[in-house]
Amino acid sequence: MTKLLEIKNLSKNYQTLKGEIPAILNIDLDVYDGEFIAIVGSSGCGKSTLLNILANLDNYTSGVINYHKKNLKIGYMLQEDALFPWLTILDNALLGLKIEKKLTESNIAYVKNLLQTYGLGDFLDKYPSELSGGMKQRVALIRTLAIKPDILLLDEPFSALDYQSRLAVSNDVYKIIKKEHKTVIMITHDIAEAISLASRIVVLSKRPAKIKSIYEVKLANPSDPISNRQDKKFTTYYDQIWRDLDVNVA
Amino acid sequence: MSMSPEQKAFLAKRKKEKLLIRLIQILIVVSFFILWELSAQHGLINEFVFSKPSSIFQTIYQLILANNLFNHIFTTLYEIIIAFVLGIVLGFGIAILLYEFPLLAKILDPFLTMLNSLPKVAIGPLIIIIAGANIKSVITMALLINLIVSVMTIYNGFQNIDSHKIKLLNSFNATKMQKLTTLIIPASYSTIISSLKLNISMSQIGVIMGEFLVSKEGIGYLIIYGTQVFNLSLVMSGILILIIISFILYKLVVALEHKLLKNKS
Ligand SMILES: Nc1ncnc2c1ncn2[C@@H]1O[C@H](COP(=O)(O)OP(=O)(O)OP(=O)(O)O)[C@@H](O)[C@H]1O
Ligand SMILES: [Mg+2]
Repeated sequence: MTKLLEIKNLSKNYQTLKGEIPAILNIDLDVYDGEFIAIVGSSGCGKSTLLNILANLDNYTSGVINYHKKNLKIGYMLQEDALFPWLTILDNALLGLKIEKKLTESNIAYVKNLLQTYGLGDFLDKYPSELSGGMKQRVALIRTLAIKPDILLLDEPFSALDYQSRLAVSNDVYKIIKKEHKTVIMITHDIAEAISLASRIVVLSKRPAKIKSIYEVKLANPSDPISNRQDKKFTTYYDQIWRDLDVNVA
Repeated sequence: MSMSPEQKAFLAKRKKEKLLIRLIQILIVVSFFILWELSAQHGLINEFVFSKPSSIFQTIYQLILANNLFNHIFTTLYEIIIAFVLGIVLGFGIAILLYEFPLLAKILDPFLTMLNSLPKVAIGPLIIIIAGANIKSVITMALLINLIVSVMTIYNGFQNIDSHKIKLLNSFNATKMQKLTTLIIPASYSTIISSLKLNISMSQIGVIMGEFLVSKEGIGYLIIYGTQVFNLSLVMSGILILIIISFILYKLVVALEHKLLKNKS
């Protein structure tokens, strides 16, 4: 597998008037083409900070990030759907392309096709307020896919959903991502979600985030995310990660 | 589509209620004028101070005959509209500047607050000396009053824009201009529209204030002139006409607002 991205000794401190807040400490991570990496860690440990840095939206204090592909294209799907209420679903999905001035006929056709494939074909001219939470999340994903990124960064993409739709949408999104052959780094709070989706799981410590452990997920019968939850080895991973996270139930 | 009897009854009831409200409102206005007229005629109120509707209507009629009432109305309307449009255009421009240059906004903050809290009429005499005793002074006065409010309202709208949407555009490497045109302006569309209502009221206050200070024409001039020559019928006529003008302008802006907001969403 080819290496896409290399993170070496990455650290980040936030500067505030009240002092310095270390958010990330000495993180090393290689990302390979076609991988699905899940990042788990306790609340406020520095997960979003890491994605912001990878997406070039924030600077870092020290360390190196090597992009092994020239002009590596990054697609960032935020935790919030951030759809523009005054734009139609189609125009929302085309937003990234419009900003990048790549509204070519073939790109528009690609986006329309994605919307069609993923059950939004009848909603092209509707507005976000007319969509369910799961549908909005899919539009946000398609908006990210539209610019044809090499790496997808997903920040708790399903957190806005209730448990039922969460399972369904993560199944859908997984299919989309596999079909489009994307490399993914996904943040989640949900250990089960990480095991059912990812090929590798990175567990972060409490703030400042350090890498606590990394798991290659090798299920007995890998299938779609929902069935994966029934896998023999599922609970083994679950228990280990739970222990690593060292959650204090006060 | 057929309507259920309940729906029909409901709509009929609403229609009836609306009609009733209108009737009562008209009744209030008519009885107010009749009462006013009668009390003046029977010496219950001082006719010299409060005038009376018949004299007011006669004054208005004479003003029309002398063929300059419409000049006065036109002047005042003209000043209000110029101040209104300038207030919006400048207010919008300044708000964008403040938003794009946060450092500038921070530096100017205390000065804007000072300007906002200052009773603008206090600088009226100064304006007259600078701009001259003409229509320019009146418009400047009105601008002074409506501009700060426009800037503050629109700028606040800009600042309340969802930071996630900004982050999203940044992730697409959007330029400042792109952020402005795809997000900042459309997102504050309704704020900008609702600032129009405030702006039209402020423009009217400013224009009348300006006309009180310096003018040779306009409704404000009629009122001030009436006071100076103790022609209270003239004063009352001016006030009456002003009430009608401001009511119509306000309704027009509200209608415009409805129309613009409907087209958008
Ligand atoms: N702009 C900032 N300035 C100062 N401190 C910040 C800033 N952004 C985040 N932090 C702090 O850095 C830490 C890590 O934040 P981050 O958003 O990366 O956490 P997270 O792991 O994504 O949390 P969550 O799971 O709640 O989303 C937090 O303690 C937060 O308070
Ligand atoms: Mg976060």
